[in-house]
Amino acid sequence: MSDKNDHILEEVSNAEYKYGFYTDIEMDQAPPGLTEDTIRFISAKKNEPDFMLAFRLKAFRHWKTLKEPDWAHVEYPPINYQDLIYYSAPRKRPKYDSLDEVDPELLETFEKLGIPLDEQKMLAGVAVDAVMDSVSVGSTFKKTLAEHGVIFCSFSEALQKYPDLIKKYMGSVVPYTDNFFAALNSAVFSDGSFAYIPKGVRCPLELSTYFRINAANTGQFERTLIVAEEGSYVSYMEGCTAPIRDENQLHAAIVEIIAHKDAEVKYATVQNWWPGDKEGKGGVYNFVTKRGICKGENAKISWTQVETGSAITWKYPSLILQGDNSVGEFYSVAVTNNKQQADTGTKMIHLGKNTRSTIISKGISGGQSNNSYRGLVKTSRKAENARNFSQCDSLLLGDQCGAHTFPYIDVGNRSSIVEHEATTSKISEDQLFYCLQRGIDMEGAIGLIVNGYAKDVLSKLPMEFAVEAQKLLSISLEGSVG
Amino acid sequence: MLQIKNLTVSIHGKPIIKGLNLEVKEGEVHAIMGPNGSGKSTLASVIAGREVFDVDQGEISYMGKNIFDMPAETRAREGLFLGFQYPVEIPGVSIANFMRTAINEKRKYLGLDPLTGAEFLRLMEEKKKMVEIHSKLTNRSVNEGFSGGEKKKNEIFQMAMLEPRLAILDETDSGLDIDALKVVANGVNKLRKKDNATIVITHYQRLLDYIVPDFVHVLLDGRIIKSGNKELAMELEEKGYDWIKKETANDAV
Repeated sequence: MSDKNDHILEEVSNAEYKYGFYTDIEMDQAPPGLTEDTIRFISAKKNEPDFMLAFRLKAFRHWKTLKEPDWAHVEYPPINYQDLIYYSAPRKRPKYDSLDEVDPELLETFEKLGIPLDEQKMLAGVAVDAVMDSVSVGSTFKKTLAEHGVIFCSFSEALQKYPDLIKKYMGSVVPYTDNFFAALNSAVFSDGSFAYIPKGVRCPLELSTYFRINAANTGQFERTLIVAEEGSYVSYMEGCTAPIRDENQLHAAIVEIIAHKDAEVKYATVQNWWPGDKEGKGGVYNFVTKRGICKGENAKISWTQVETGSAITWKYPSLILQGDNSVGEFYSVAVTNNKQQADTGTKMIHLGKNTRSTIISKGISGGQSNNSYRGLVKTSRKAENARNFSQCDSLLLGDQCGAHTFPYIDVGNRSSIVEHEATTSKISEDQLFYCLQRGIDMEGAIGLIVNGYAKDVLSKLPMEFAVEAQKLLSISLEGSVG
Repeated sequence: MLQIKNLTVSIHGKPIIKGLNLEVKEGEVHAIMGPNGSGKSTLASVIAGREVFDVDQGEISYMGKNIFDMPAETRAREGLFLGFQYPVEIPGVSIANFMRTAINEKRKYLGLDPLTGAEFLRLMEEKKKMVEIHSKLTNRSVNEGFSGGEKKKNEIFQMAMLEPRLAILDETDSGLDIDALKVVANGVNKLRKKDNATIVITHYQRLLDYIVPDFVHVLLDGRIIKSGNKELAMELEEKGYDWIKKETANDAV
C-alpha cells in the first residue's frame, strides 16, 4: 500500500469514537470494593428476596477461592477487583407512565444512541427494555407481550414479580461455580433482562435490549435469562455501545437460555463496546459467559454474534444439546482492529441422540490486533448420530495482525460425524484495486469486501440489525489496512 | 481525451515502457497489439492508477487534467474504465451490490443523488439486455466461480453500467470462444458513441473482426513502433511480429 493511502487511512482511523459521550446523572452507588457488605448493600438496594441474597453470598464465597483464568490468548494488566464500584443506579427511579416522566437527559442519551424509545417502535415491531447503568428505565410493549403471556422485563422486576421462575432457572445453565467471571457476576450482578415465553406461544415481537456502560469505573454485571417453554418461539436481540473512558471497564455478563421441547430461541448480539484508543488504552474488557440448553426434544437455539468492540473479548456462547434431535447453531463475526484482542468461539456439547450443531465463525483482524477462535465440539457416549459441522475462517488485513484457531474436538461415540473446515485469507491488492477502478474508495472497498466475507453470518441477523451490523463492520475497520 | 507523452514506466527498477506516445480522441477506437511482455497490460494499469509501477518520466493527460494528480478511484469516477484481463473474485458481494455501490459513488462525486433501488434495477435490466448477459449472473458474487467467458462478459456488463468516457479493455478476448467473443464485441460496439473512446488491447487480430478499430498500434518492447489502420492488424496476423521487428529494424538502418 502506498504512503498516500497510509496517510488517508491514518486520518480516518484517528477519527473519534462515534458513540463517545458521557451522561451526567446523579448516581446512587456503592462504595468501591467488594466484600460481603457490598453484596448485602446491592441486594438490599434492590429489595431482593432472601434466596437471592443467599445465592449471591454463596457465589461470592466461591469466587474468593478462584483464580482469574489465564489460558485465553489475551494480555491485560491485572484487575484490582477492590477498586471497582459494584453498584450504581440512576437515583430518580419512579414508575413511568409515559416517556414524559423519564429524565430528559437520559432520553437524550438514548436519542444519541439511536434507541427508538418512542412510538416508532410500534411500527418497527420491536419492544425495547433499555438498561442504563444497571437499572432498567424504560419498558414498552409490555401490553402486547402480556396479551400473549410473554414476560419481558428487567431482572430486578422479575425478582419481585416472578421469584419462583427466577429461582427455578437462574444458575441452572451457568452455575455460579462455572468460572471466575460467572462467580463474580453471580455475586454482584446489578440487573439485566428476563424473558419468558409460555407453552406454544410464538412471541409476536422481536425482543431487544440495549446495554450501555455509563458510570466511570463501574463494573457492569448484567444477567439475562431466557426461558422458552414447550413449543414456543422467540427471537431476542441485544446491542450495545459505550462511551469513552480512560480506565478500563470490566464487563462480566451472564446469559442463560433454556429451550424446552420443540421450542426455538434465536439470540442475536451486535457488540460494540468501546475498544480503547489506538494504543488499546481505556477499552472495555468483555468477559462474558453465555450458554444455552436445549432441554427437550427437537429444541433449537442459535447464537448469532457480531463482535466489533471491546479492548478484550473473552466470550464463548455455548450450547448443551440435551434433548434428542435438538439443534444448536453458532454464527459469529469477530472483528479486531488496532490493539484489540479477541478470544471467542463456542462450545457444542452433544448429549442427546441425533443432535446437530453448526458453527460458522468469521474472524477479521486488522491493525496490530489478535483474533482467536476457540471452540469445543463434544459428543458424549450416548449421543448417537450426533453431527457437527464447523467452519472457521480468518481474514487478515495487513501484516501486523494475528489470527489463531484453537479447535477442540472430543468425540465419545462412534456414530458421531464431526467436520471442521478452516481457511485463512488476506484482502488482496488485486481486490482493492478492482474496487478502486470502479470508483469505490479504499474504505468503501474494505467495507464491501469484509461484508461479503461475513455475509453467511450477517444473513442470519434480523433485518434491521443486519443493516446496522454492516455499517458497524465498515466503521470498525477504518484504518485497518496498513 | 487521452494524451500520453514520452511515458517511461518501470517496476522494481526494471523498465517496461520506454518512451511511449499515444493520443486518443473522442469517438475513436484504438487497438494496441503486441506480443507477450511488450508492456500492454502495464500501460493499461498505469492509466488506471495501479500504484505498483513507477512512472519515471512522461505525462498522461486525461480530459485535460494531469492523470497523476488523481487517485485511481477519482479517475474511475471521471469516466475511466478498465476491463481487467484477470477479473478478481470478491466472495459474498453480489454484482448488483457491487455495481450499485460503484454507481452511487460516482454519482456522489458528480453531485448527483444516489439511484433508488427501483431506478437501479431498471438500469440493470436494460444493460443486461444490451450486453446479452444471463439475468441470474448479477445475483452471484463478483466473479466467484465464474467461467472465463462469464468473467469477461461481466466486465462488459460493468462497462455498460458505468458508461465510461474512456474504456480500456485489457485482453478481454483472451480465452473466449467465438460466441463469447461476439457477445463481448457486440457489447463494445453498442456502447460506442461519438463522445466516448475505447482502447482495445489484444494479442490477436480475431477480435478486430468484430470491433473495428480506427487505429492500430503495435507495441514492442515498451514502445509503439508502428501505427496504422485495421489493415495493419491483418498484415500483422499474417506475417507475425517478427516481420514487424525486421521491418522497423530496416527502417532504422
